[in-house]
Amino acid sequence: MNQREKEEYLREYGILKAQGKPFFPYAVAKDGAMAVVVMAIIITMSLVLGAELGPKANPTTTTYVPRPEWYFFFLFEVLRVIKPPSLVPLATIGVPTIGMILLFLLPFFDRGPERRPERRPIAMVTFVTVFGAMAFLTYQGANAGSPFAVEKPTPPAVKQAGGATLAEYELGKAVVTSSGCLACHKLGENGNSGPGPDLTHIASRLPAQGIARTLVNPTAPMPSFKNLPAQRFNAVVAFLSQLK
Amino acid sequence: MPKLPKLPAPPLPAALQEPPPRPGESNGKGGPIEDAKAAGINVVDWVDERTSLSGAGRWLMFRKVPKGTNWFYTLGSATMFAFLSQAVTGVFLAMYYRPDPAGGAYESIRHVTNEVFLGQFVRGMHKWGSSVMVILVFLHMGRTFLFGAYKYPRELNWVIGVVLLILTMVMSFTGYLLPFDQRAYWATIVGVNINGTGPLIGPYLSDFLRAGPEFGATTLSRFYAIHMLLLPGAIVALIGAHLYLVAKLGTTAPPWMKAEQNPELRKVDV
Ligand code: HEC
Ligand code: HEM
Repeated sequence: MNQREKEEYLREYGILKAQGKPFFPYAVAKDGAMAVVVMAIIITMSLVLGAELGPKANPTTTTYVPRPEWYFFFLFEVLRVIKPPSLVPLATIGVPTIGMILLFLLPFFDRGPERRPERRPIAMVTFVTVFGAMAFLTYQGANAGSPFAVEKPTPPAVKQAGGATLAEYELGKAVVTSSGCLACHKLGENGNSGPGPDLTHIASRLPAQGIARTLVNPTAPMPSFKNLPAQRFNAVVAFLSQLK
Repeated sequence: MPKLPKLPAPPLPAALQEPPPRPGESNGKGGPIEDAKAAGINVVDWVDERTSLSGAGRWLMFRKVPKGTNWFYTLGSATMFAFLSQAVTGVFLAMYYRPDPAGGAYESIRHVTNEVFLGQFVRGMHKWGSSVMVILVFLHMGRTFLFGAYKYPRELNWVIGVVLLILTMVMSFTGYLLPFDQRAYWATIVGVNINGTGPLIGPYLSDFLRAGPEFGATTLSRFYAIHMLLLPGAIVALIGAHLYLVAKLGTTAPPWMKAEQNPELRKVDV
């Protein structure tokens, strides 16, 4: 905005303001009504949804899938989607930092005098894209597990068998996901590549009995999983022995 | 209506007549009801004589909002009410909370949730209020963006707003650890480690948050102090600055509003 546009704006605004209504009571009444609505929503949510308290924090378990508050899901999702370690800092800190700096500087690079949305196409496209992307990532993040989730397509043989085989496979996958295996093992695209060996094709290396033996009696630092309930233990073995 | 004749003057000479009461005094004739009515005015006068605040009050309350101001303009104050609700419920939670990672923190939250009268209700309000506040901040930001309200002369208010947005998110991040259940603990570990991967200041930031290289005993009290002293103070101060600028500059008119030219003003009297 150049000096003339600034003065024009101030003059136009001055007239509109003079034609307006006093803040008290007109705007105050609307704000008050809105405040009542906000409080009603908070109170209703508290009454209906309550406040649960999970099990006590236990730093020695590795069996917990961390979930942030929902409005951080989009960040979590970025972390989950971007896998190569060299890109992770960019994803986790870089993207939000750049986003924040751009947000800070918005009034300094978008200085055109135009305020009507329909005449600011670049701003509107950016707005829709950013909000759309955040909504999409939040939705994805809400439905996905942690960054440690296992994303391997179910083998067709298991899919065809269906029924109990499929159910056991899925259960095994869920247990592996939630037992912290990926903190030490790589599985397909997911997980860390150490200290344990890559499990992507474990079944071609180790028969089911071997896997079961490792789970019961592993070499340190891998913890023993012999205390898993039998059904879940067998499911893990069944799942891993499909990973050819 | 015909003009009525004036009443005759009272028989007393002016010097003997009782003068009318001066502001802030009573001539005792009004009785207790009149006195009670005057009491409020007197108190306000007393304060105003010493502070001159009434001018500021008038400036704040009787400024005009431009033509076309609609419901979207309530989102900012709605955010503020959500914040006030957080402040009040937070004070009640702080009365019971103990930032003790050895079990005291979890135990105190369990106590509030299960045993204290209305404890779960207040905790629920605080917990869900945070989500409501985050949503409202984003809606309010969306409104100011769509209406082009960040443009001249309100750039500074936008910048303050972005700081408020960041502080709100950090509030939520630090608050999430406090119940010290599994979810809180592991999500915060992941969050702090994510900070640690950041360039340059990342490792220092996560060391600061953890109060050392390991997640230890002081981490929780550090999060607690940030969550209930440092950030709320900063947020209150910044909301003050934000609102001062709103009152000083006025809120924008909706962008599609055009000032009508008053034909009366165009008439030239010769
Ligand atoms: C603390 C890290 C850690 C965790 C957690 C962990 N492992 Fe391991 N795992 C290892 C290490 C190290 C080895 C290699 C030592 C060995 O071969 O005995 C290993 C070996 C294995 C092997 C044998 C691999 C081979 O090629 O011989 C299997 C199978 C295995 N892990 C499965 C699992 C499963 C399933 C889980 C989760 C339920 C799991 N691990 C959790 C560290 C871990
Ligand atoms: C704690 C958070 C916040 C509070 C309590 C708050 C409060 C308010 C209030 C009460 C107004 C008055 C008019 C209105 O409601 O629109 C306002 C205006 C404004 N706010 Fe905020 N706000 C917050 C966060 C933000 C954020 C995150 C931004 C953007 C980054 C922002 C930018 C603005 C701007 C530009 C105006 C001027 C709007 C106009 O003149 O039309 N605010 N704010």
